[in-house]
Amino acid sequence: MTLARTTAAPRRRPSPSARFDTALGWSPQFGANMALRITLCVLVFCIFALPFVAIISAAFDRNSSPTEISLLPKTFTLQNFEVAQQQGLWGYLLNSLVIAGGGLLLQMTVSVFAAYSLSRKKFRGQALVLLLVLMTMMLPEEVIGIPLSLVLGDLPLLGISLKGSVLAVILPVGIWGFSIFIMSEFMKEIPGEIEEAARLDGVGEFRMLFTIILPLCKPALGVIGIFGFMMVWDQYLLPLIAANDPSDYTLTVALSVLRNDTTVGPGVLVAGAVMAMIPSLLVYLFLQRSMIRGITSGATKG
Amino acid sequence: MTATPTKTPVSRPAPPAHKAAGGTRKRRGSKQSLAVWLFLLPAALLGLYFKFIPMFEGVRLSLFKVQPFLGDIFVGFENYAKVLGDQRFMEALGHTIFLGVTQTLGALLVGFVLALLLEGQARSLWFLRTAIFLPVVTALAVVGEIWRILYFPTADGPLNSILGWLGLGPLQFLNGTDTALWSIAVVGIWSGAPYNMVIILAGLTGVDRSLYESAGVDGATVWQRLRYITLPALRPSLVIVLTLAAIRSLRSFTEVYVLTGGGPAGSTEVWMTRMYSLGFQRNDIGVASAAAVLLLVVTLLLTVGTQYLAKRKADR
Repeated sequence: MTLARTTAAPRRRPSPSARFDTALGWSPQFGANMALRITLCVLVFCIFALPFVAIISAAFDRNSSPTEISLLPKTFTLQNFEVAQQQGLWGYLLNSLVIAGGGLLLQMTVSVFAAYSLSRKKFRGQALVLLLVLMTMMLPEEVIGIPLSLVLGDLPLLGISLKGSVLAVILPVGIWGFSIFIMSEFMKEIPGEIEEAARLDGVGEFRMLFTIILPLCKPALGVIGIFGFMMVWDQYLLPLIAANDPSDYTLTVALSVLRNDTTVGPGVLVAGAVMAMIPSLLVYLFLQRSMIRGITSGATKG
Repeated sequence: MTATPTKTPVSRPAPPAHKAAGGTRKRRGSKQSLAVWLFLLPAALLGLYFKFIPMFEGVRLSLFKVQPFLGDIFVGFENYAKVLGDQRFMEALGHTIFLGVTQTLGALLVGFVLALLLEGQARSLWFLRTAIFLPVVTALAVVGEIWRILYFPTADGPLNSILGWLGLGPLQFLNGTDTALWSIAVVGIWSGAPYNMVIILAGLTGVDRSLYESAGVDGATVWQRLRYITLPALRPSLVIVLTLAAIRSLRSFTEVYVLTGGGPAGSTEVWMTRMYSLGFQRNDIGVASAAAVLLLVVTLLLTVGTQYLAKRKADR
């Protein structure tokens, strides 16, 4: 009797043992316990998600000002976006998209190539290369910003200036130790037999990477794609120091230009903020499964 | 002893074959290593140009008094002495540590509470977790602009009107010298806690449910359950979260720069903003580079130290 109950318990979900499912022992039954949980959830939702609703509402509101923020626009208008357009916001958005697209593409390509060598090959100096890759993570733009801006202005040996061009942001974000590591950790898991078999068929290195290894790495591509995008989209100092004048700014950096422009209202600034939010929002919603996997694997591996 | 004589005659009669085999193996080996380095080439070039050359350049510049058109003058460690003797850098250091500690611990604590609250399988919880994660996904510059609006310092600003309902007086937030730093810390906690929540949630799934059950049979309280079952199971992920956040907070720049720019009256100046204004606005590149090198050394020490600690813990 007791035995039957204990074995059946895990299968029936709303069983009495459900109070052992969570650390706090939340009850699945309606009652005081659940009411408390719902209240807390609503509170948490208000704190973390309502600011976004308010900002989006303000972007579509005719008289938006920080003192009159509401969750629904009082008088709906697209005027803020039209003014934003006159302020050159599409240009900033274009800069952002070119940099995000180009930077991400370069970063993923570079990471896949480097990870292939680091994970599927054995060679002299491998440990040193790994150490250098690790170091690129410890040398973010903030730490090396000043000399980096000098280098961007006058590339050593080549003597060309990247300042004012999108390449000044795209090339530096191309190298990111984190995505090389995630990628090579994943490639290590692919069994060697697959590679051996392909090798016997006379498959060369490039075909090996692109037709054998890479198709098996789709989940990891998702992970480095989303983290890479967030990393590039979040850049602030780099676009700032890479620009020759404000027209080179990315959308996120340009928000400060809008803020300090007294001829436009706060509604326009908010409209710009909403535009800068949308791409990352879309990427997150489409790829969140990969994202959660990336965070948790990063946490367990360190 | 018997094996050696039998082996040598076998290999000796066929030197050409042996040589040929060795030759192809060698050729394939060099082809292999050529491929290895070809695949590493893009990463190497980009790393060299945009990470390592700037790093060495920064170390070099930190030893010079940098003057455009007049030529640099070698001054040794004078720039470092200037940084360490500079009152405002020392204040910035204090603010950096304050922000690092409050943001790291705050985001960890809030993330832990969020994870405990939102643990579970229900679809509504999944939706809530997705919504709460938005601050992490949004670019820091945008987060900064949102909070500048929420922090609007008049009595009818968004946050101040909520405080008004609760019967609390309007706060100056970012405009007050004694509230600005706390206001920045809150933004950091707000945008960092959901990330920690996800890591802790992943850790929570690894907790053995039967332990909760037997604790319940033994009559353990919720607090005891957390203390003796949940927290020990979470320790590894908590350690990693803490160290990563601590290292990252040393170089926090964007949120401070967007929210206050170091003001009012330097009350929120952090190491990075001070360095930035010295290097880019005042063009004191030598001193700014020295500050950058100091930051780099501290980051390096922290990273190596935590790696060492993590390894020692794993070995034990």
